[in-house]
Amino acid sequence: MNTTETKSSFQDKLDQDLCIEPKDTMPDEYRKHLIRQISQHAHSEVIGMQPEGNWITRAPSLRAKQILLAKIQDEGGHGLYLYSTAETLGISREEMIEQLHTGKAKYSNIFNYPALTWADIGAIGWLVDGAAIVNQVSLQKTSYGPYARAMVRICKEESFHQRQGYEIMTNMMKGTKEQQEMAQDAMNRWWWPSLMMFGPHDSDSPHSGNAFVWKIKRKSNDELRQRFIDKTVQQAETIGLTIPDSDLKWNETKNCYDHGEINWEEFRRVVNGNGPCNKQRMTHHIKVHNEGAWVREAAAAYAKANAK
Amino acid sequence: MTTHNALYKYLLFLGDNGLIQGHRLSELCSNGPILEEDLAMTNLALDHIGRAQAFLKYAGEVEGKGRTEDDLAYKRGEREFYNNLIAELPNGDFACTMARMLIVSSFEYLLFTALCTSKNATIAAIAAKAVKEAKYHFMHSRDWCYRLGKGTEESHRRLQNGFNEFWMFTGELFEMDADFAALANDGIGADLTVLKPQWLTLVQPILADSNIAIPNVDYMQTGSRNGIHTEYLGHILSEMQYLQRAYPDAKW
Ligand SMILES: [Fe+2]
Ligand SMILES: [Fe+2]
Repeated sequence: MNTTETKSSFQDKLDQDLCIEPKDTMPDEYRKHLIRQISQHAHSEVIGMQPEGNWITRAPSLRAKQILLAKIQDEGGHGLYLYSTAETLGISREEMIEQLHTGKAKYSNIFNYPALTWADIGAIGWLVDGAAIVNQVSLQKTSYGPYARAMVRICKEESFHQRQGYEIMTNMMKGTKEQQEMAQDAMNRWWWPSLMMFGPHDSDSPHSGNAFVWKIKRKSNDELRQRFIDKTVQQAETIGLTIPDSDLKWNETKNCYDHGEINWEEFRRVVNGNGPCNKQRMTHHIKVHNEGAWVREAAAAYAKANAK
Repeated sequence: MTTHNALYKYLLFLGDNGLIQGHRLSELCSNGPILEEDLAMTNLALDHIGRAQAFLKYAGEVEGKGRTEDDLAYKRGEREFYNNLIAELPNGDFACTMARMLIVSSFEYLLFTALCTSKNATIAAIAAKAVKEAKYHFMHSRDWCYRLGKGTEESHRRLQNGFNEFWMFTGELFEMDADFAALANDGIGADLTVLKPQWLTLVQPILADSNIAIPNVDYMQTGSRNGIHTEYLGHILSEMQYLQRAYPDAKW
């Protein structure tokens, strides 16, 4: 098939808002863009297990421990599911992990922040998963079929994650003075990094151009960020938490909240590897992966011997 | 005849095994050699903690002092725990983890099979659920024993080492004291002495098929029936109980 033909059938599908499927012809750049985005998404799910995993053994009740374990297990499941999604585009999980380790592939910046107290587990579920949902809901309409379907499935679980996080915060705000302070402190530390999860302002977002044309991205960074802020402010107020932004106020004309300036210098610093936990997260992932090599070799050797 | 206190202690034994083993398994989260195994370990941890919750809740009711499952999990000291020592030992490498899981899950499979017919309806109900879980844990670890035992030279060496590490803790699994005997007599608890030969029958062929030699040990460790533990338990508790101890008035 020649290039013009590829382009036209691909473009026809996009124009009609039909999904692109693995066997369809697609431009190389489209494929590359998706591999980058979906593998980054998969890595984020997996690296995100670390900050929350940090509190499993210290969860304050048997119920809390089970909910947290189940939540982290879901995230690992999302990772698996997304690795398979990316594999439909012709890359192996092994290659993706390799790219993560060499720094070629990224993961969400948010997981380079530490989970310092139990309230952080509440804040992560409520704010980080809350932000992820906003993004993932819009991706349910992304043009690549397997990715869109993965998002539908994943979003169902994400809303449970968001609720359990909010429940932790709610309980702490109903609790002792120390618990309330712990909750507010977590809020103060996680609010701004959560806003950064949506990426740079539309005016300086380097990858967006083609992503919109190809209908991979359906809503802009600023639109999604706004949606997150508008739904979250109310939730914070309901339980008595203060949003750490003195410029935050309701804008009657725009019918949404105005917010203060995001610290993009911090964003760039963390993206470029100097966040509080970048090194820790990668070191852990590489160490575990390397330590598991003999297990994978044994499993492969056994499978090979028994396939005969 | 079974005393009230004997039943309470027996429930702590059942609950603490789940709680402490579940704690160790939960440490493996995001430490698996492959993502699939990471998720499997989390599942196992969840099964154990769920079981602990059920037994400890009932233990609190039997004790009759208004203590909840969380009070019992988070506010008892190290001399008041009755889990088998093997549950609290560190995970070690993946082969050690699988060796212990085979030992423990095969024991639990037999124990809960026996407890399914307990005259105590609550114990029988919890056991009915637990026996299914234990069977799955057993099959999972058995399959890994085959893979590791027959995989590579290294995996075989590591698996043998795992069984060597844990074997001296297998005697305790079947220990009976006067209270256990009374409970077994009344059809409430299981007669663990009967389970021992069954357990060997279950485990021996798996070890043989995995090219693993049964370790020679000249002493079996003991102590947990009297609340005497390894040094590891104290560290597990200080981590697990940290928030409850540091903020005694807080509800989470
Ligand atoms: Fe997720
Ligand atoms: Fe999530």
